[in-house]
Amino acid sequence: MTPRTDSAAAFSSTATVADAPRSELLQSVVDVARAIFGAEASSVFLLDEEADELVFQAVSGQGEEFLVGRRFPAGRGIAGWVATSGEPMVVDDLSADPSFDRSLAESTAYVPNALMAAPLISDARILGVLEVLDPSPQARSGVRELDLLAMFARQAAAALRVITPERVREAEERTVLAGHTLAGAEREDALRLLGSLERLLRGVG
Amino acid sequence: MTTTEPAQAPAEPVRTRVGTGPGQGLTWSLRGRGPDDVPVLADAGPPLGRPAGPATGRGVRVCVVDSGVERDHPLVGPLAGSWVVVKDGESGGITVEPTTTGDTCGHGTACAGIIRRTAPECEIHSVRVLGERFSGTGDILMAGLRWAVEQRFDVVNLSLSTTRTRFAQELHSLADSAYFARTVIVASAHNTPVESFPWRFASVISVGSHQEDDPELHLYNPDPPVEFFGPGQNVTVPWLGGRTIRTTGNSFATPYVAGLCARVLSAHPRMTAFQLKNALYLSAANVRHAPRPSSTPASSTPAGDTRDDSEN
Repeated sequence: MTPRTDSAAAFSSTATVADAPRSELLQSVVDVARAIFGAEASSVFLLDEEADELVFQAVSGQGEEFLVGRRFPAGRGIAGWVATSGEPMVVDDLSADPSFDRSLAESTAYVPNALMAAPLISDARILGVLEVLDPSPQARSGVRELDLLAMFARQAAAALRVITPERVREAEERTVLAGHTLAGAEREDALRLLGSLERLLRGVG
Repeated sequence: MTTTEPAQAPAEPVRTRVGTGPGQGLTWSLRGRGPDDVPVLADAGPPLGRPAGPATGRGVRVCVVDSGVERDHPLVGPLAGSWVVVKDGESGGITVEPTTTGDTCGHGTACAGIIRRTAPECEIHSVRVLGERFSGTGDILMAGLRWAVEQRFDVVNLSLSTTRTRFAQELHSLADSAYFARTVIVASAHNTPVESFPWRFASVISVGSHQEDDPELHLYNPDPPVEFFGPGQNVTVPWLGGRTIRTTGNSFATPYVAGLCARVLSAHPRMTAFQLKNALYLSAANVRHAPRPSSTPASSTPAGDTRDDSEN
């Protein structure tokens, strides 16, 4: 499966006001996920239902510079299974498998040995997938790690939903009347939520 | 395919189709018939739920409803049938068609491999419900499961669930139909504590993962809705490209229990779905067979060999 490499305009709102807080939030999500699991890389894919594709929306670590915006079919590979089934998944010993998730491997030029993925679900809606590549050996493969990733992904999805493009567009409309404060407050709420989770997880880990 | 027909007839011989809707062949009460008119040839099932001798799954038809199964994976072997559920983008019509597309992800191959190593001689069929389009996966899962029940497979492995409540009622009635028609649906509990279906229903055998290393250990949950736990942590499974990986999740505990069902059924083909569930219960490692508490200590039954099957 060859990934499309056109820039991802379809999913994101064209308004830069809408993109900035979301990019900041998603970058924070992947940075934190990578830190929690001591991983080589982490990425967030958001689902573009119209195009039936998953889009790299934020990347931390390997591929950070060139992956954002790339797309691949929503039903394929581990991320596809996670998106369609709504279940988290942990796989290990992948590098022994040359045919593993080629769309991802080709686009990253990096084949991980282990991968964890959890759906971003909020209010029963699947927004995308959070992936962690090559977590540290102590932080992989167990049921507890799977639970932790799923919990973190749920929190991230809840934060993401606070600033979905629809909400931001609404906020922009309100901005005309009430100034810029509401969008900013929502954004701060979301980031604060994530920050407190990060502290919690670091404290536990 | 643009037809809006329901699942097309499969190429292989099919036993009598079973109606899955209400109103077909319902027996509300025995009118004008007596016990002699409804004889049942029973099979008590294996003692303590464990089949004696070689129980390999031979003669048992198992269907994996998942992402497809890789063709001729060395740890899965040949499939008896390979199908895909297709939804037409324009008409919305759903069909079940033969396919050679294999597995879109690896997950279905993993499940089939676990069934194969648990019940080596069972017949494995695959119906792919994932990997086409993202949207409408609830519809497609529903159609694939309905098709599998209609084909009267002995065991259906469903390492999937849906969180969409609009499918709950339909899934519930389908699960009940399967139960009465002796098609055992072995269904994964969701990996996260969310409400999803059909594993919640009593008419399926629901499975979660325990954290023990013993690959042949299953446990009964005294506090359902998840009724059984199987090995689901760090399980080595077949994956795409003829290889293996290690993985974790309820998804992989479920096919182990499906394989156990196939083993029991191969030795005792007349067992019903409720007997099968009882066999899993009796053979679970944490279910103790203590002597029945009795007010008459001089019981004629040898102690230690009796079972307390009472509810309380």
